Amino acid sequence: MSDADVIVIGGGPAGVAAAVELRRHGVARVVLLEREAQLGGATRHCSHSPFGMRDFHRVYFGAAYGKRLEAEAARAGVEVRTGHSVVRIEAGGRVDLATPRGVGTLQARRLLIATGARETPRAARLVSGDRPIGVVTTGSLQAYVAFHGLMPFRRPLLVGSELVSLSAVLTCLTHGARPVAMIEPGPHPLAPAPLAWFPRAMGIPFHCGAELVDIHGASRVEDVTLRLRDGTLQKHACDGVLFTGRFTPEAALLLQSAIGVDPGSSGPAIDPYGRTADPHLFAAGNLLRAVETAGWSFREGRAVGRAMAQDLADGCEPGALLPVTFDPPVKLVVPGLIRRGGPAKPAFPDFQLRFARQARGRLSLALDGREMWAQEKTWRPERRVVLPIPPAAQTAGRVHIGFEERT
Amino acid sequence: MRPEPTARDESFDNGRFDIAVIGAGVVGCAVVRRLALAGAKVVLIEKGSDILSGASKANSAILHTGFDAPPGSLELELIKAGREEYLSLRPSLGLDLVKTGALVCAWNDHEAEKLEAIATQGRENGVSNLALLSGAAARATMPGLSERLVAAIEVADEHIIDPWTAPLAYLTQGVALGARFLRNAELIEGRFDGDWRLATTAGTVTAGAVVNTAGLYGDIVDGRLGFTPEFEIRPRKGQFVVLDKAAYAHVPRIVLPVPTEITKGVVVCPTAFGNVLIGPTAEEQADRVRATVETEALESLLARGAQIVPALAGMPVTAVYAGLRPASETKAYRIFCRPEQRAVTLGGIRSTGLSAALGLAQHALKLIEGFGLSLSPVAAPAVRLPNLTETRPRDWQQPDHGEIVCHCEMATRREIEAALISPVPPGDFGGLRRRTRAGMGRCQGFYCNARLAEMTRGKLREPLAIGDEPS
Repeated sequence: MSDADVIVIGGGPAGVAAAVELRRHGVARVVLLEREAQLGGATRHCSHSPFGMRDFHRVYFGAAYGKRLEAEAARAGVEVRTGHSVVRIEAGGRVDLATPRGVGTLQARRLLIATGARETPRAARLVSGDRPIGVVTTGSLQAYVAFHGLMPFRRPLLVGSELVSLSAVLTCLTHGARPVAMIEPGPHPLAPAPLAWFPRAMGIPFHCGAELVDIHGASRVEDVTLRLRDGTLQKHACDGVLFTGRFTPEAALLLQSAIGVDPGSSGPAIDPYGRTADPHLFAAGNLLRAVETAGWSFREGRAVGRAMAQDLADGCEPGALLPVTFDPPVKLVVPGLIRRGGPAKPAFPDFQLRFARQARGRLSLALDGREMWAQEKTWRPERRVVLPIPPAAQTAGRVHIGFEERT
Repeated sequence: MRPEPTARDESFDNGRFDIAVIGAGVVGCAVVRRLALAGAKVVLIEKGSDILSGASKANSAILHTGFDAPPGSLELELIKAGREEYLSLRPSLGLDLVKTGALVCAWNDHEAEKLEAIATQGRENGVSNLALLSGAAARATMPGLSERLVAAIEVADEHIIDPWTAPLAYLTQGVALGARFLRNAELIEGRFDGDWRLATTAGTVTAGAVVNTAGLYGDIVDGRLGFTPEFEIRPRKGQFVVLDKAAYAHVPRIVLPVPTEITKGVVVCPTAFGNVLIGPTAEEQADRVRATVETEALESLLARGAQIVPALAGMPVTAVYAGLRPASETKAYRIFCRPEQRAVTLGGIRSTGLSAALGLAQHALKLIEGFGLSLSPVAAPAVRLPNLTETRPRDWQQPDHGEIVCHCEMATRREIEAALISPVPPGDFGGLRRRTRAGMGRCQGFYCNARLAEMTRGKLREPLAIGDEPS
């Protein structure tokens, strides 16, 4: 006896879009579990970034986007339960829960996990130095500002040069903080060029190829030492360190389950329907690959929701799985699995790739050694790369994404 | 350089205490409890803004048996006494014990040759539950160990505890008996004129006797009390890596190396909180304050961990930390008793302080009893600390906890609010983390740091948010 047809774990764009889509396709009981008090996921505290252009055809900021998601879920008849934390997922569609009233267990015919991504904190980056307070990630900073009207520092060093890093600069500048410098360990800024010039335009020194080698401070950050590209050490007085980007899937539930995570993406391996190796468990959104926009995650959630509805309607036994192989410096491929058989229209029409570093060369897709697609150019890290999944992949014995580097 | 006195808290000037304990590490907390139970009026003087601000905040959380302690040493005797008392009082204080057992692992023939002698010494030390195992037999008790394992000694009674709740429980019980905890109070100078006059940065304290449990500052405090220090602290830094809870399934036991003359070596062990710990390094340094982590050392600990338990390779890192052990010129505990001045020094408690703390406290009381203070024991008040370990139900599993504030470590609003108004409330953010686990998890505050900043406004000496210093 199931408590729900589908339980969706996570009330961000992907989870809500999937839940709504499942209801639209006639799935009777869709329960959405969100551990926070509001829906929206990471968008809740991003007060300055616009959301919703692709999904709702209008612009929302931060909390307003979450409110729109709540309205959509309510209208579609999704049973939304906020303040509900999933503490464990088990094979066969079972979840253990913590709620404000105590613990419990729910059983569903299918699970969708859409727990999103977060930034890599200082500890996991193994940065040297003292461990004073004032060291936070962009997500934390934005929560300080958006929810509590507080600031963790006034003069932070900012580490990273992704899109989120620029958003972090904006949050600082609009809330009375001024980064003392911004550094990127790689040779080039990770954000696209016009945006990457923004910190310099604001008069914030920006160093590529620079590393943070020491954080110093007894209780609060007092200064940091950078090693610049030419090897010189530079000390900056500051009162905080803001680590931005290096998103990683929030995959704790999977790490502690039999499913595990893919070493490349650090998220669950899925097939083109969004299904994991556990036939009851699907996944969507930034949990799959850090990191995409809210709009991208929303559309991905919607597509996986559609595939799940079809799966529930068909009731077919899922086919065997084939892992997709790839050459470095490709870091991850999503979907990383090909499923034998299945409906004609998958949730994922394309492979999504990321490169671990900047590389010039020829990227190709081959089925059983036969090249189906190729492109040569300079590939940048942290940029979205998509290439179409050929229908013949479903029956191929080997699906390989190759890379030949040109130096 | 000695600090200048400030007149922030003069309320202590008028009261006289039987005994002043200097230093709120695990040993100081245990001593306060023992002396308070003996009927003494005690004050605990601490330089930092919370208990466990020095060496005691960073250790491997092992409750040792003493199997590898120097035979016939006071250290061995006090480890055993401390362990025994911990085991007997832990149900009443709500303290935990994760019964893991340990394996002393030999990774080559050279190390394997030393196992026999280690086992013999262990038995001579009175630790009977020891077994020499082949590599295969040891791996049968812990399949995650590398196939390279040659042989091991199983020490069935080495266990894991919560290293922060135990000392907090000791002090909480002392405070329930009327002991005072004076924070942000660095000893400037002590004079003995029949009573001790202790000038601190938070006012002057008068006491009939003094116990120096100042850990990393043990020799300096002896100097400030007017004694010629008979030992010298030589801080030894230890860095640790804490792995994600997903690693816990692979490490059900404490994995010890075959020790060398210099160090006990790198340990891989589970924590009471469901993580895995790798460390410590052993690095001599002069600085008594700074305990920095270093990228290279952390990377090498991760590599070492993966050599020992291959499944740990690539496991996400939850936290990193470093601590200083108050080592001295010799391995032995540096315990001095000066009956004429009614002073006891418990110094050089290198790396077994957590296990031996209660034994050291018993020992200190014995020495103080020789001072001729008139004490009459009192009944132990009921004190129960909140459970933070995975061995027993946590607050989030009970109804009406409000909400879960830290999702990684499942710390509830009720727990955090209770800690902030507890008899020994946190004085800084680290203290709050140690009392609740909030912010200790894999996201290191990505989700909850701002919330904690809001909940702790005006309550911590160094606030999380700028411009929020308590008035």
